[in-house]
Order: sequence, then C-alpha cells, then structure tokens
Amino acid sequence: MSWDISKIDEWHWKEHPTGIAIKDPGNSRQVKTGGWRSLRPIHDKEKCNNCFICFVFCPEGCISFSNDEFAGVDYDYCKGCGICAKECPVDAFEMISEIEAQSKEK
Amino acid sequence: MAVINSKTVAIVGNEAVAEAMRQINPDVVAAYPITPQTDIVQAFSAIAADGLVDTELVNVESEHSAMSACIGAASSGARVMTATCSQGLGLMWELLYIASGLRLPMVMPNVNRSLSAPINIHCDHSDSMGARDSGWIQLFSENAQEAYDNIIQAVRISEHPDVYLPVMVLMDGFIISHAVDRVDLIDDEKVKNFVGERNAPFTMLDPNNPVCVGPFVHSYYFEFKRQQEEAMANALPVIKNVSDEFEKISGRTYGLFETLGMEDAEFAVIAQGSGAGTIRHQVECLRSNGIRAGMIKLRSFRPFPAEELIKALSGVKTVAVFDRSTTFAGGMGGPVFNELRSSFYEQEAKPLMVNYVYGLGGRDLSVELVKKAMEEILEMNSSGKAEQKINYLGLRE
Repeated sequence: MSWDISKIDEWHWKEHPTGIAIKDPGNSRQVKTGGWRSLRPIHDKEKCNNCFICFVFCPEGCISFSNDEFAGVDYDYCKGCGICAKECPVDAFEMISEIEAQSKEK
Repeated sequence: MAVINSKTVAIVGNEAVAEAMRQINPDVVAAYPITPQTDIVQAFSAIAADGLVDTELVNVESEHSAMSACIGAASSGARVMTATCSQGLGLMWELLYIASGLRLPMVMPNVNRSLSAPINIHCDHSDSMGARDSGWIQLFSENAQEAYDNIIQAVRISEHPDVYLPVMVLMDGFIISHAVDRVDLIDDEKVKNFVGERNAPFTMLDPNNPVCVGPFVHSYYFEFKRQQEEAMANALPVIKNVSDEFEKISGRTYGLFETLGMEDAEFAVIAQGSGAGTIRHQVECLRSNGIRAGMIKLRSFRPFPAEELIKALSGVKTVAVFDRSTTFAGGMGGPVFNELRSSFYEQEAKPLMVNYVYGLGGRDLSVELVKKAMEEILEMNSSGKAEQKINYLGLRE
C-alpha cells in the first residue's frame, strides 16, 4: 500500500482526493478503530472450548486462532461491540469497562 | 464568426435537447417522465430504440432512482445524462448533493416548472433555484437554440478536470420546452469531436484498480466541501473557454452572460431564461428612442459571476433584477436580486437596485408588463429613488 494517511489530520484541504474517491484501498488498516471501544472483551482460556463461533461472528475479524486454538483479540481494531460475548456458548468472554481496564494498565 | 452548418430546423425545445443528446451519444441515460420534461426522454427513447445511439437507457421508477442510477453509472466512468423538472427535481434532492459531493460529471436538463402547492405545471424558476446550493452548475437558456447549445457545452464543462461537477441546463417549461423554435443544428461529426470521449479519473468497474467511492468521512467533510467551492470557482474560466471553443463550431457566442447596450447604459435590467427575449425587445425599443437602457442576460447562475457582473454594471445608476422565483425571506425579493445586491456590498459606488418578481406559476411576462416596468425603472433612474424595492410584476393587486 502506497497511500500514507498517517498525518491525514494535518492535511491541507487541497490534499484530499477529489470526490473522496480512494484509489488505494485497504487503508482502513491504518485507522485503528480500537479507540472507539468503551467495553473490552476479556477471554477466559479455561472456559473456552475453541468452537470458533466468536471467530465467525466478529464483524471486524479481530479474533484469531492458531493451531485450532483461540489465540487472542486484536485490540487495535476491536470496537467492543460484544458480539463475541453474546454468541459464546460457554460464556468465555467478559465485557469489562475500557476505562477501568486502561487505568489498571497504567 | 460565420460557421456553416447544414441543418436549420423548426422544433420544440424538448426535441432540440433530445437531438443534442443523440449527437452526444451518452453511455447511460436514466430518467423518469414529468411534465413538461417528458418529451425529452420520450424523443430520446425513440432515438435509442431506433439504434441511433449506443446509450444504455434505464427506465426507473422515480426521479430518486433516476439520479441514483446516474450516480452509479458516472462512478463507473460512464458519460451520463438524465432530465427532470419541478417535483421530479424535488424527489432527486438528496442525490443532487451526492452527485456533486462525489464530483461526478453528468448533464441534466431541468425544464423549469413551478413547485406545488397549489398544483401548477407552468414555468417559473422555483425548482432549480431551490437547488442553487446543491453544488450543481446551473446554466440558463433563453430559447430552444440555447438549450441545445448549453447541453453540448455542459458535457465539456462538467468533465473538465478542474471542475468535475454535475451541470443542470435550465430551460423554461412550455415556453421553451413546447414552443416551436428555429434551431440551427451543428453537424453530428462536429459535436462528436467537440464532446470527445469521457476520460474518467477512475472507474468502479475495474477489478485491477479498485477504488472506494462514497466512504463515511466525518473528520474531513469540511475539507471536501471547501474543494467543491473551489471547483465551482474554477468553473467560471472553464465556462468561458468552452464557450470560446463552441463558437468555432457553431458561430454562436455565450460566456457567463450576454450584454446589450452596457457600454453606455444608464440603467440596466438583469434577467435569465425566456423572459430575456421580451425584455431585450423593450430595451432595444428604448435605445432606438435614444434612451440609454442596457440589459444583462445571466447565463451562469452557478457559479455566480459576481466580479464580472460588478464590472459590467460599473457605469449604471440603476439596476432592475427580474426574478422568476422568490425566496420567501419575508419581502427580501428573489434569489438573483439578493446575490447581486450582496455582490455590491464591498463596492463604493453602488447602483440603486430594485427587484421585479414575475411570472410565478407561468404568469405571462407580456410586452406591456415589461414596458410598464421599464417606465417605472426610468422614473427611478431619473429621481434616484425607488418607492418600492421589491415589486411583483403582473400580480393582481
């Protein structure tokens, strides 16, 4: 991908593409939508039966598996929608407050 | 400039537009019928059915769908046209802003008709004036010839890389659309060469070069709107240049507006659309009697050529603006009056400005009415005072 939008907030109005036609698709990777999250899914490996249902339902493709085992949530893009928690048949996800989670990390 | 073209015909304005469309041979036409625009699409449908064009004609279920189909087709890089008027333009509303916001070139004749209620199918400019802030270029036509000429020029203006904006070609309902007029048609080959091929900056139908059109942009929306304002300003020289080129194939000259007697005029009338013909006649009568009257027929309402108009009006004491619509601001007059008056705000020398709102719902602008208005304007010009700034010409009062 050649289109660098890392400094898009500083762009002059003339720099944006005419008619909002983005000719270099795939740049949504550069937009870390994880910042939208108000609830964070926390996964419990003990409860998980590796059924892949969360993987199928996640609208952002944020859940990854490795060797048929749950491998983690990509918090850079997870918007905290909670669909994984809702769909999980064994309640392996807990949605916790993002603000609290962040303050604990500090 | 004398230019010889082979064909002079007697046709109504709608047929003249359909003929221009045949010569342009657009890739896609999506339209829905509405009086008095119907004959454009009807005539063009016959042309398409006869195999005279390569156009994909899309019969849609509403004007909302017509403009949506045009937007989709234009995004694919196609040369696109449609036609509408009045309520139909109203139903297109939200899509008008999408076409201009996505900077998609397309050409749409709008046969000016009043808006309901009360129901009325006749001419005034309320429909297109309502869309004045929709980001479309708006070119007025005085007669069938100008409607035909404007359609051809609109293709080039719309597709110019400095512009990339949709163009509305305005023509008065019934007066132009349904009245037989003398029209000089340009040779097919000349029109074909004049409009050329559309060279779109992208196409949505190329899987090797994918493009994302119409994304959600809340953080940079302001920047895109500023670009649109710039594109509209860029259209001013483009309209002039395209007009100069068009003169070479037609012998007819346009520019942003037409002037009559402005070199020595003491007072001037400004009008757009078919009413300009009646007004021109009266101005010529006054001038032949040694009265220094002048006239400006505004062709380009969007972009509004403020600087050029100020220059053209620099010598006059009184300006009377004829508006075929009103703004319902509570006695502020019509849109052209308001914009012209605003244009003069920074000027030290301001002419006396009065407004004549006329012809709503097809009320006839007769020679007698224009004569009456001219006498009033002449009186205002000599006294330097206007008893009434906003006048309703032809109203029963």
